[in-house]
Amino acid sequence: MTSDLLRLENVGVRLGGRQILSGVSFTVAPGQFTGLIGPNGAGKTTLLRVILGLTPTTEGRVLLNGSPRTRRGGGLIGYVPQKLAIDQDVPLRARDVVALGIDGHKLGFPLPSAKRKNQVNEALRAVGAESYADARIGELSGGEQQRVLIAHALIGKPNLLLLDEPLANLDLKSEQGIVSVLARLAREQQIAVLISAHDMNPLMRETDTVVYVAAGRAAAGRTGEVIRTEVLSALYGSHVEVLHVHGRILVIAGDEQQEPQAHHPSDTGVVVGLDRN
Amino acid sequence: MGHFFSYIVEPGLLSSGPVRTALLVGTVVAVTSGVVGVLTVIRGQSFAGHSLADVATTGGAGAFLVGLNQFWGFLIAGVAGAAIMELIGVQRRRGRDVATGVVLGAGLGAAALFLYLGTQTSSTTGASFTILFGSMFVISPDTVPALIASGVLALVVVALLSRVLLLTSLSPELAAARGVPVRAVGIAYLAALAVAVSLSAVVIGAVLSTALLIGPAATSLRVAKRPSMAMLAAALIGTAATWLGILLAYDSYYWPPRGHGWPVSFFVVVLVVVGYLLSYVRRPGRDRRAQVAARAQEEAPTREAGACSPA
Repeated sequence: MTSDLLRLENVGVRLGGRQILSGVSFTVAPGQFTGLIGPNGAGKTTLLRVILGLTPTTEGRVLLNGSPRTRRGGGLIGYVPQKLAIDQDVPLRARDVVALGIDGHKLGFPLPSAKRKNQVNEALRAVGAESYADARIGELSGGEQQRVLIAHALIGKPNLLLLDEPLANLDLKSEQGIVSVLARLAREQQIAVLISAHDMNPLMRETDTVVYVAAGRAAAGRTGEVIRTEVLSALYGSHVEVLHVHGRILVIAGDEQQEPQAHHPSDTGVVVGLDRN
Repeated sequence: MGHFFSYIVEPGLLSSGPVRTALLVGTVVAVTSGVVGVLTVIRGQSFAGHSLADVATTGGAGAFLVGLNQFWGFLIAGVAGAAIMELIGVQRRRGRDVATGVVLGAGLGAAALFLYLGTQTSSTTGASFTILFGSMFVISPDTVPALIASGVLALVVVALLSRVLLLTSLSPELAAARGVPVRAVGIAYLAALAVAVSLSAVVIGAVLSTALLIGPAATSLRVAKRPSMAMLAAALIGTAATWLGILLAYDSYYWPPRGHGWPVSFFVVVLVVVGYLLSYVRRPGRDRRAQVAARAQEEAPTREAGACSPA
């Protein structure tokens, strides 16, 4: 018996003859805020798909609440996709999208009820999206859409929230807004949050733990233990340097003998957390 | 007033058997096309709808050649076309246009042959015209039950799947993560689309059937606030265009050249297009986007500060 909400044991994935992930192990406890960090193409999305049950593992196993995950995850997992595939002219309001979180996967259509309305309003309030609840989803900004999608995931009362690069293409302010909404949900509702990002800095203030993915492998633990030159160099299989600059962390490809060159990511293509200011 | 009314609605309009059949079938088709069309536009599959219509032409022409009722030809070809599109990969966004285009080309090629052979054997172009541009006044009464049943079936499928289809069109991955069999849902929807297009082909012709599928749906999506309202509006717009089209076609018997009514399809399509253009004249809440932007500007400091106070 284990108290872990999510446990990955030595997970490996082969897709189309290519090894995408190998030997990935980590755990997530209830209410824990975890960053899934790594450069583009490292395997973050595949890892999220494995946890969602959309991509089968070739090795290892995924345990949810101590038992192997079933195809549907039993409603334990709420998922927030990176972006919506919807046009501006689709007459779907933010609150309709949130309502689809209750029963959007079922046949038929629901009858309007006070209970549904309250549930939807409550979820919108939890993410601070009340003021645009009646606007068309396609007309909202990226940050606003993310909040609505989080409300959509939240309304199913998940124990674990998975977010695929929710901060990509957001301005700094929306970025901070999303991160603090998620941190509050983790703290107040004991929802575990696993959020993928190629830049760890916006998450630094809130994340307890980090799963760092590079070259199909992962290192997990407390942020200070994982984001170190030795650990990440071992992960990448080549030397990378972890720098702390004005409270931000830069992971750059470098040579021990030379000056680190932040502007030349070199052949490993590793530049994580470049300061955008 | 009474005289004016009888001037617009020709005496005998409603007592004519073919007209009554046309009104009944036209309504069923307009409602089915409107409802299915809204989802087609939302899912961005208008091109697939149009291609199924062109493929249906093949079936209609083939049916004429072997002496079968055209509707069955439209339906069989439409469903087969949908299945082939699905096999080629219509579900993937990038593969979709390719799959659709390939099926479309093959279908029209076969249609050209069938129509040619048809005109050779029957020495008339009437049948080709009917297949391509519709024949609302010559619908044989014994196919009416089948037409209505097919329409109802497509409506039931779409009604059952409407929530799932909306979720899938929002984000296929999200739907899959929720346990939706995205592919199966897509196939069921394509089948319903094939039925709607075949029905529409009977009424306004295979080539024009997209007009009744996409036109009212596109118009209603511009004015409606919710998908359910859009479906209702599209059904009403389609029905209005069909009825008015029938009325005008009946009247046109006395228009030049006298003694030959103009094709119903022409009037229906023109009315649908006029409706769409009218939706541009005045769209309720057209400035909503601007309003949202303005409001966001206005409220941004307070809202963001409320939600993002650094922990």
